[in-house]
Amino acid sequence: MKTIKKDGSFYLNPYLGGVILGTVLLLSFYISGRGLGASGAVKNTVAATVNDIAPQHVQQSAYYSQFAGVDKKPLSNWLIYEVLGVLAGAFISGIIFNRLKLKVEHSPKITSRRRLLFTLAGGLIFGFGAQLARGCTSGAALSGMAVLSLGGYITMVAIFGTAFVVAWVLRKNWI
Amino acid sequence: MIGPIISSGIVSPAWDNVFAVILGMGFGFALESSGFSSSRKIIGTFFGYDFVVLKVFFTAAIVASLGLLYLNYLGLVDFSQLYIQPTFLTSAIVGGIIMGIGFSMGGFCPGTSMCAAAIGKIDGMVFLGGMFIGVFIFSESFPLLENMYYSGSQGSKMINSAFGISPELFSLFLVLAAVGMFFGAAWVQKKVKKVEY
Repeated sequence: MKTIKKDGSFYLNPYLGGVILGTVLLLSFYISGRGLGASGAVKNTVAATVNDIAPQHVQQSAYYSQFAGVDKKPLSNWLIYEVLGVLAGAFISGIIFNRLKLKVEHSPKITSRRRLLFTLAGGLIFGFGAQLARGCTSGAALSGMAVLSLGGYITMVAIFGTAFVVAWVLRKNWI
Repeated sequence: MIGPIISSGIVSPAWDNVFAVILGMGFGFALESSGFSSSRKIIGTFFGYDFVVLKVFFTAAIVASLGLLYLNYLGLVDFSQLYIQPTFLTSAIVGGIIMGIGFSMGGFCPGTSMCAAAIGKIDGMVFLGGMFIGVFIFSESFPLLENMYYSGSQGSKMINSAFGISPELFSLFLVLAAVGMFFGAAWVQKKVKKVEY
């Protein structure tokens, strides 16, 4: 392996990164019988918050009531613990490769304000879509592909195909 | 030990959440150390100046799916105990398209925005905040979306059976396609103007 540059510019070889990620995903199936996820933890947090504020509303909702309400503990859930681990793991990697820094990353051709507005809208739209598709790039696409799920492959093609087109439409934001 | 070791009772279910934290740490570490905490690095795949997403994502998919096939072949994993996402055609396609729009507007997906937020990227934190709003809007408008959410149900259908081939043969095609893409990516990257980020 190359000498690690401490200026934050060092990244693992992408194929090595992919092998590590794939091994973690394999272990996740072998140990817990499920794949990795991310958006599910956001869903559970939203359901738990709404349940604290308006428990009746949660009981009446055909969506929230699947995750929160009587006898359900949306915050004591495998995905929540896993996401806490994700934050810790990324933080540790940030320390090792010297990348901890409070900043807004954006193309020099756009302002921070424009970047933050687009990322807010992007997060909102992604969050909405991940609920409709029952998972995001991790939970639906990557984990689904590992077990050869048809839906996982369809979602993966739909995400990356659309993102490719939209990236070029919005290319002034990026290049 | 026949996996999954939690549901087969080899390891007490009380350990499941401990493993969740450890697996999550591996997940977060793999993403951040590969460069997934940078939106400009992620989005490079679509402009051809950095193919890290393509390389990491498909390498991981191959390692995990071949690994599961091997464990199954050796009798070390009980496939019927694995959680396989049910396929609902309409919502998988429409949801995927919506996610693709959000992806290129924000430059993150949920997992990568968490990694970016964890190392102090404010754009990552804002993306994550936007997700909470989007999930809330979806949940509140669920009565309007319910029909679409449940339409096109295929059960836990596997992609190899959709093509009428064995899982092993499908995986071979997956590996060949990925290797082809890796070479294609290397070729494109040489032709494309470098972008500083």
